[in-house]
Amino acid sequence: MTTQTTSQAPTTRGTPVTFDHVNKSFGRTQVLHDICLEVPGGQTTCIVGPSGSGKSTLLRCTNRLEEPDEGRVLLGDTDVTDGSADIDAVRARIGMVFQTFNLFPYRTALDNITLALRRVRKLPAEEAAERARAHLASVGLAGLEHRRPAQLSGGQQQRVAIARALAMEPEVMLFDEATSALDPELVKGVLSIMRDLAGQGMTMIVVTHEMRFAQEAAGQVVFLDHGRLIERAAPDKFFGAPESPRLQAFLSAVT
Amino acid sequence: MFDGLQRVWETFFNLDLIGQTLPALLRVGLLNTLLLAVLASVIGVGVVVVIAAGLMSSKVAVRLPCRAYVDVLRGLPHILTVYLVGQGLPLAGITLFGESTYGYAALAIGLLEGAYMAEIFRAGFQSVERGQIEASRSLGLSHLETLRFVVFPTGARRVLPPLTGQFILVIKGTALVYLLGLTADQREMFAIAQDTAIVNASLSPLVAAGLLFLAITVPMTYAVNAWERRLRDGRKDAPTDTATDMDRALAHQGTG
Repeated sequence: MTTQTTSQAPTTRGTPVTFDHVNKSFGRTQVLHDICLEVPGGQTTCIVGPSGSGKSTLLRCTNRLEEPDEGRVLLGDTDVTDGSADIDAVRARIGMVFQTFNLFPYRTALDNITLALRRVRKLPAEEAAERARAHLASVGLAGLEHRRPAQLSGGQQQRVAIARALAMEPEVMLFDEATSALDPELVKGVLSIMRDLAGQGMTMIVVTHEMRFAQEAAGQVVFLDHGRLIERAAPDKFFGAPESPRLQAFLSAVT
Repeated sequence: MFDGLQRVWETFFNLDLIGQTLPALLRVGLLNTLLLAVLASVIGVGVVVVIAAGLMSSKVAVRLPCRAYVDVLRGLPHILTVYLVGQGLPLAGITLFGESTYGYAALAIGLLEGAYMAEIFRAGFQSVERGQIEASRSLGLSHLETLRFVVFPTGARRVLPPLTGQFILVIKGTALVYLLGLTADQREMFAIAQDTAIVNASLSPLVAAGLLFLAITVPMTYAVNAWERRLRDGRKDAPTDTATDMDRALAHQGTG
């Protein structure tokens, strides 16, 4: 693993992420209790747990869409939570895909992707468009470059969102329940792209309810409940021989 | 009963009087009405840029005065604001426009409309989904870049139709400047109608002005509504949210 300090697009894959005693409260409700978690580079870490367990909040601490109250988050050697860190530069190294797609509604699929390529990566217009086209093609959307989000199905929108994140050539990808808002028949298309990405050695943190995906694609699976990290294991052990009674109860409820 | 109707007809719909008033309304009044509406809107937009930004500020010391401006001007009877600006400012020695009541009239209506437009801007821009902003920030765009490239394009589209609707209200609002006493050439439609009505002891000239206001505002209202519908529904060729062939093809690739 190498650490990039230049403003050049980092192409390093396999950057690990470390959560170091992360605490977070919303008002008087503590949503994350002293979370310590190593996310190995080049692997997929799936975070599962009941609604309100703090999964999304933990994920969002990675690029500081949520600010941890205490503790550190490291991206490789960079302390993301350091107040003097250039958060925009850090975020440009981390791709994120949201449950609700969050495409820019008045931009075409192509322009959704080129915006950050031009403004953040400072690519010339032609090069940005070329890269955007290639990424759209790689998620199966060649020919739909000039559609607006409203003219795309949910599954297509989420694939544009994935292409938008990947075009930035991030070191880490975050998926926040990326398939939860999709019609059942659109879920598999998105999951298969995520599975391919995991196979290519991208560091991924995936908050999901898709247990099958976790079982097949994850290097490790993490169980959160009431803001506490209860169990962490390789998928075989996680699903085959869960230790804590709470995880056992959760798994028997969802599978 | 019939006498009553006849009196109403004579008072409001004296066709001779309406016919006499119309030429002046069209020749002098219409132009002044539209000119005042445009001037007031330009002033209003100037107000909006400052006040709307202030309303969305995270700093209470900035937000509160702007909030007060909007609440007071929207809450007061407009007549009072027109008097306060049109007669209060010159009395206070603030003679921005010298002796010309026209300038004060435009300023008064502009300040009023600015308050309404600021609220439209605030609502429109704050309606931009948090998710869009988060997506932009997560890509590494700065706060300012996000405002410029993500919030503004969406907000502006949401604000334009109601803003145009507000312009219709400005046109009606110009009627209030007759309160300030305009010279013969400066009179907008309502002032001309009011003067003619007093001279002839009949309300028919006001009806004539009303008809002209309707001729301007009703078509504009329909145009704005149509525009809003188009923005809301998007283009007609938008497909419904169903699985495409590509979705199905990809689904088959996945282990299912």
